[in-house]
Amino acid sequence: MRRIISVLLENEPGALSRVVGLFSQRNYNIETLTVAPTEDETLSRLTVTTSGSDKVIEQITKQLNKLIEVVKLVDLTEGAHIERELMLVKLKATGSQRAEIKRTVDIFRGQIVDVTSSVYTVQLAGDSSKLDGFIQAVGTSGVLEVVRTGVSGIARGEKVLSL
Amino acid sequence: MELLSGADMLIRSLQDEGIEYIYGYPGGAALHIYDALFRQDKVKHILVRHEQAAVHMADGYARATGKPGTVLVTSGPGATNTITGIATAFMDSIPMVVLCGQVASTLIGEDAFQETDMIGVSRPVVKHNLSVRHPEEIPEVIRKAYYIASTGRPGPVVVDIPKDMTTPNERYEYAYPKKVKLRSYNPAVRGHAGQIKKAVDMLMAAKRPIIYAGGGVILGKASSQLTELTQTLGFPITNTLMGIGCYPATDKQHLGWLGMHGTYEANMAMHHSDLILCVGARFDDRVTNATEKFCPGARIIHIDIDPASISKTVDADVPIVGPVDAVLKEMLSLVKESKDKPDAEALGSWWKQIEEWRAFHGMRYETSPDVIKPQEVVEMLWKLTNGDAFVTTDVGQHQMFAAQYYKFDKPNRWINSGGLGTMGFGLPAAMGIKLTHPEDEVLCFTGEGSIQMNIQELSTCKQYDLPVKIINLNNQALGMVKQWQDMNYESRHSQSYMESLPDFIKLAEAYGHVGVRIDRKEDLEPKLKEVLAMKDKLVFVDIYVDRFEHVYPMQVARGSMKDMWLSKTERV
Ligand SMILES: Cc1ncc(C[n+]2csc(CCOP(=O)(O)OP(=O)(O)O)c2C)c(N)n1
Ligand SMILES: [Mg+2]
Repeated sequence: MRRIISVLLENEPGALSRVVGLFSQRNYNIETLTVAPTEDETLSRLTVTTSGSDKVIEQITKQLNKLIEVVKLVDLTEGAHIERELMLVKLKATGSQRAEIKRTVDIFRGQIVDVTSSVYTVQLAGDSSKLDGFIQAVGTSGVLEVVRTGVSGIARGEKVLSL
Repeated sequence: MELLSGADMLIRSLQDEGIEYIYGYPGGAALHIYDALFRQDKVKHILVRHEQAAVHMADGYARATGKPGTVLVTSGPGATNTITGIATAFMDSIPMVVLCGQVASTLIGEDAFQETDMIGVSRPVVKHNLSVRHPEEIPEVIRKAYYIASTGRPGPVVVDIPKDMTTPNERYEYAYPKKVKLRSYNPAVRGHAGQIKKAVDMLMAAKRPIIYAGGGVILGKASSQLTELTQTLGFPITNTLMGIGCYPATDKQHLGWLGMHGTYEANMAMHHSDLILCVGARFDDRVTNATEKFCPGARIIHIDIDPASISKTVDADVPIVGPVDAVLKEMLSLVKESKDKPDAEALGSWWKQIEEWRAFHGMRYETSPDVIKPQEVVEMLWKLTNGDAFVTTDVGQHQMFAAQYYKFDKPNRWINSGGLGTMGFGLPAAMGIKLTHPEDEVLCFTGEGSIQMNIQELSTCKQYDLPVKIINLNNQALGMVKQWQDMNYESRHSQSYMESLPDFIKLAEAYGHVGVRIDRKEDLEPKLKEVLAMKDKLVFVDIYVDRFEHVYPMQVARGSMKDMWLSKTERV
């Protein structure tokens, strides 16, 4: 099953490579990975999406917890949560395509953030399946370039991941 | 406050940490440190002949004393030569700090002379690694390194020290921190009371219980608690290869060790049990055989300091995360207070069954009128040393024979590379023990293959006067490889022969030691007695043993615990 694991990590050189190394060393897969400092500059927040049996996921969280620089972690998929990913797409946009793309962008609540006579650059945020849906809707033939940030997530309600 | 250079701070920190010995080898990036070492005499340095051996020496010391070992090497090749030793310690959870020189921080990333990314290279085989970014950090980094290495589930910690962190003429205020602050590292200090209570109820209700103990009992210094609990309950106990000595082997409740080459009775009792109390062991593949066939009728209580060891390969019914000594102590007091007692009748018939298994095989082996059997060498040395020696081994058949036929009644005396299986471990580990236990007998059981992986250390033994006894069970082959080829590859002995063996007697003599060859059965006992009488000499005993012997029992590959070969022809 697909999981979103969110980690508070000491913001120190080498900490990220330890997390990534753990995944390859123990044969766990990483689908997406995002990391950035938090409001507390000594901490980074890292979100990894992965998949595996319950046994594998249990090992992943235990092994992550064993890393000295991992301060806390939560498997967001265990509860209600919000998942977001940001995508920037360059689309071929000429003639009648221009209006068509504009409509699709509106339906997906995206924005056109850059324009040339033949290209639209679109920004879109949402969960990963929404981003996949957009690509499908505009059709891959018109897609010139895609860049996605990978998943970030946060629990719904009062629950917080903090020290 | 005192002003010290980075190098002096490093050595002072070691002194303040109470480090007596460090094992190492100098080189460019470590020279400021070696100079600081020269100008004091509290921390003693042992100069090995290969950095791998320095790590195994520190490891042997750590396993025998329970205290962390310390290694000092230079950057690049000095550092990479330690990797096998570090991986060996990592697999067996041995506390150790490895201090590595590094090129100056200004040169890092430029492919400078003798630059290796030791933090990156060592990462998968360390508990943690740290690099020094400012000389002032040195005392704190050293304190942290020893704290992490020796608490929780122990393990090796590497410290990378760029040369400009130890420059002699730059001085800083020195103070050794009393405490370490690590918000992200808090090993458990006690087990969950509710889980312990639940476990005790299960112990009282069990009909066919068995205790399965591992190296964690030795690392967690919990042998006496384990022994008391086992004897109070009256349960049978087995342990892993790494757990040898955690419970007295000559006691009647002890079934010997279990797993691939474990005893018939231990493996049978495990397979037929209805409750397994696992203490500080990790259900590894050399114990469980095929996990899907593992002990089908057993419920499992698993005590371990490392939550990741629990339910990793075999699911636990009652997991208890905590230090084994504290958890066992709590269990024992609950057992003593409990109104329920273990089911005496069920236990009686369980023991009757176990005694039948014990009588059936009993670790017998065939002797011969003229060929020396490796098993009888071990048995004889066990008797001649009153079962009280420190025993290290290399890896192979000789290792298994030593584990099977030397009976250990105390912890910390059986010292081998169980997890990584590192040939070349035995001699340097023995040296690390002998250095700090000069009055004790230290035996290194080895093979003519393994001993050649760190034979150069005979020179270190001469320099520091380390009279260990090397027992070379010479079968003129990479015996364990050959055994697998006999059993699985129709005896095609691909590269498992050792042709052109050196004359080990002359070799020992060339290094300034004594060599003794034993190739006739009638010489075995008198010559071994002579060897042991040479208290202050390193003796290399080259014993020509049966070249065709196999290690048995041996679990049948991909079978359950109870599926074993008991001899070349007998399979159960
Ligand atoms: C460094 C290393 N290389 C290879 C092996 C694989 N291996 C395991 S046992 C063995 C044979 C050891 O031969 P020897 O030391 O003569 O011991 P014997 O089995 O003959 O008693 C080998 C090659 C290993 N364990 N370690
Ligand atoms: Mg051999």
